[in-house]
Amino acid sequence: MTEEILKVAHLNKFYGKRQVLFDINFDLKKGEVLALLGPSGSGKSTTIRTLNGLEDFQSGQITFEGQNVIPDEKHWQELRQKIGMVFQSYDLFPNMTVLENIVLAPTKVQHREQKEAEAEAKKLLAMVGLSDYAQSYPRQLSGGQKQRIAIVRALAMHPDLMLFDEVTASLDPEMVRGVLEIIKKLSDEEDMTMLIVTHEMNFAAQIADRVLFLEDGHILEDTPGQQFFKQPQTERAQKFLESMDF
Amino acid sequence: MAHSGINVLFEGHNFVRLLGGLWTTVWIAALSLLIGLALGALLGILRTFKNRLLRLILRLYLEFFRIVPTVVLLFLAYYILPRMMHVANLPGSLMAVVAFALWVAAEFSDIVRGALISVPKHQRESGMALGLNRHQLFRYVLLPQAFRLEMPATINLATRVIKTTSLLMMISVMDVINIGQQIIEANNHLYRTGVFWVYGLIFVFYFLVDYPLSRWAKKMDAKQAD
Amino acid sequence: MSWTIIQQSLPEFAKGFRLTLWLSLVGILGAMVVGIIVSLVRYFKVPYLAGILGAYVELARNTPLLIQLFFLYYAFPVIGWKMSAATCGIVGLIFLGGAYMAEGFSGGFNGVAKTQLESGRALGMSRWQLARYVVFPQGFALSVPALAANVIFLIKETSIFSVIAIPELTNTALDLIGLYYRSNEYLFVLVIAYAIILIPLSLILTWLERKVRYGTFGN
Repeated sequence: MTEEILKVAHLNKFYGKRQVLFDINFDLKKGEVLALLGPSGSGKSTTIRTLNGLEDFQSGQITFEGQNVIPDEKHWQELRQKIGMVFQSYDLFPNMTVLENIVLAPTKVQHREQKEAEAEAKKLLAMVGLSDYAQSYPRQLSGGQKQRIAIVRALAMHPDLMLFDEVTASLDPEMVRGVLEIIKKLSDEEDMTMLIVTHEMNFAAQIADRVLFLEDGHILEDTPGQQFFKQPQTERAQKFLESMDF
Repeated sequence: MAHSGINVLFEGHNFVRLLGGLWTTVWIAALSLLIGLALGALLGILRTFKNRLLRLILRLYLEFFRIVPTVVLLFLAYYILPRMMHVANLPGSLMAVVAFALWVAAEFSDIVRGALISVPKHQRESGMALGLNRHQLFRYVLLPQAFRLEMPATINLATRVIKTTSLLMMISVMDVINIGQQIIEANNHLYRTGVFWVYGLIFVFYFLVDYPLSRWAKKMDAKQAD
Repeated sequence: MSWTIIQQSLPEFAKGFRLTLWLSLVGILGAMVVGIIVSLVRYFKVPYLAGILGAYVELARNTPLLIQLFFLYYAFPVIGWKMSAATCGIVGLIFLGGAYMAEGFSGGFNGVAKTQLESGRALGMSRWQLARYVVFPQGFALSVPALAANVIFLIKETSIFSVIAIPELTNTALDLIGLYYRSNEYLFVLVIAYAIILIPLSLILTWLERKVRYGTFGN
């Protein structure tokens, strides 16, 4: 069974008069992992942010779990409980402990029981190997640890779809692996549906079921993952892959 | 409405007199700023030097002006300057300029120092790596970059100086407020609400000068934060 | 400089000292309350009220306290609002300080990192929840340095109360000089009196700034 979770149709976005996304079309099935690749400024981040209502768009339709998305802040607030997002800057709330960071939205936004939320938070912390840090403050953690907690914080909301926006881009190289392993594990063990913007080509090659290749706000390719890395369809993508290779 | 208070502004030479007072206010502010900024820039540069004694003295100079209210500074100048210079009748405006200029210099030295030390370290290092001497380093690398950083705070300092000129009347300078008071007193029997209009006009004068300046500073600040 | 003169003036200065402290305390607390309310109204963009209070902030910040006091003390009685000099002083200080404090709080709220807001929104928080859990706790911490500077500034501004004959420190000194013509002694005591208030206070405030900053952001 391949249930469609997300569908994006004819999406156009402008900053003032400048168009930054041109007729974006794609869909995402349950359990699928889609990687958004492309050079800097190609519109990958803008696209993924649009899918969480952090950027508006001027025309087109987003459909999530069969429902047309009404793009206003109130409806996005509802949807964001189902669409988790993790950012490059892993912004944990600095004035709260790790545990408080994780249970804040489940208890305040979803009105779940404090105890239940905490129990789940601890389970998730164990999953990412950070059980000992529940009572720590973000300032006591390394970048990689913070990013793992940010992922846990999003997962605690029980999302159906996870968006990862360059989550390893500001990490020290030796921290990258731990974060990527967790994302991989989410796909392998939990069958999480995911959309990933990344510069880690090896990681994308391992995890992506499909690749969208963007340039200048256009989707140039929508290709199965294995094929994209062996035999991209466009010359532009070929060049891009070569340039990432050293 | 023969006795409406607003007429007090246009009775005889009143309006011209108020403008004359405003001019006194403006030139005192301008001159104090000019001298204070020049002196402050120098002190600010000196405060980035390594000499500890020099830095300590300049720091104490700054702290003195931070602690003593401007009213008190004015009176210090008013009572102490004539004795120091052995002159009996120094004009109040001159003493005000001295007091304000020294105060501006203190505040500006801190702005300049803050801007200079926040120019990224690698800028200084790459300047030195090119073989620039200290003078050249300041002249071509540090000061131009610091200038941009210190603009908003400097404009804000100017607005403070302008507001502070309202204190001039306390040492009997014929500034706009002092003249306003004279007009009010002279016309009190005719125009009971004249006091409203005169102070209202002075209020507007100050606002018209300071508001655009602080808007400008805020905009510049926002631009630099991006 | 004569120590006897200084010694004889100390009881008078002590009275002025207490009054300066008292007026500052009431004025600063009042200004804080006004500042919080104004900044909240402006943060939530309450229709009409936010605009009006925005105008108030600009008017109060861009005009001298002295003129504000003259309005309260000389002009208002003409339309039947008569207040004692001390009340005028406190009202004036709250009027001026409220605007400065409002700017301080607003600066803090606006200073919260955009990425913090986004990660809050991405967790499905409402506008109110975002304010309650993200913007206010961090914004208050960010505003502490500006608030501390305002506290010092407002205490110094009480010296302007001397123009409406409130017998605070500066007025006490000017009165004594007028009576006995000993400007050196009285100005010396005056400067020392302000130093006694402001030096320890600014040390405490610096310590507090560090503590709040570390408690919230860890650096």
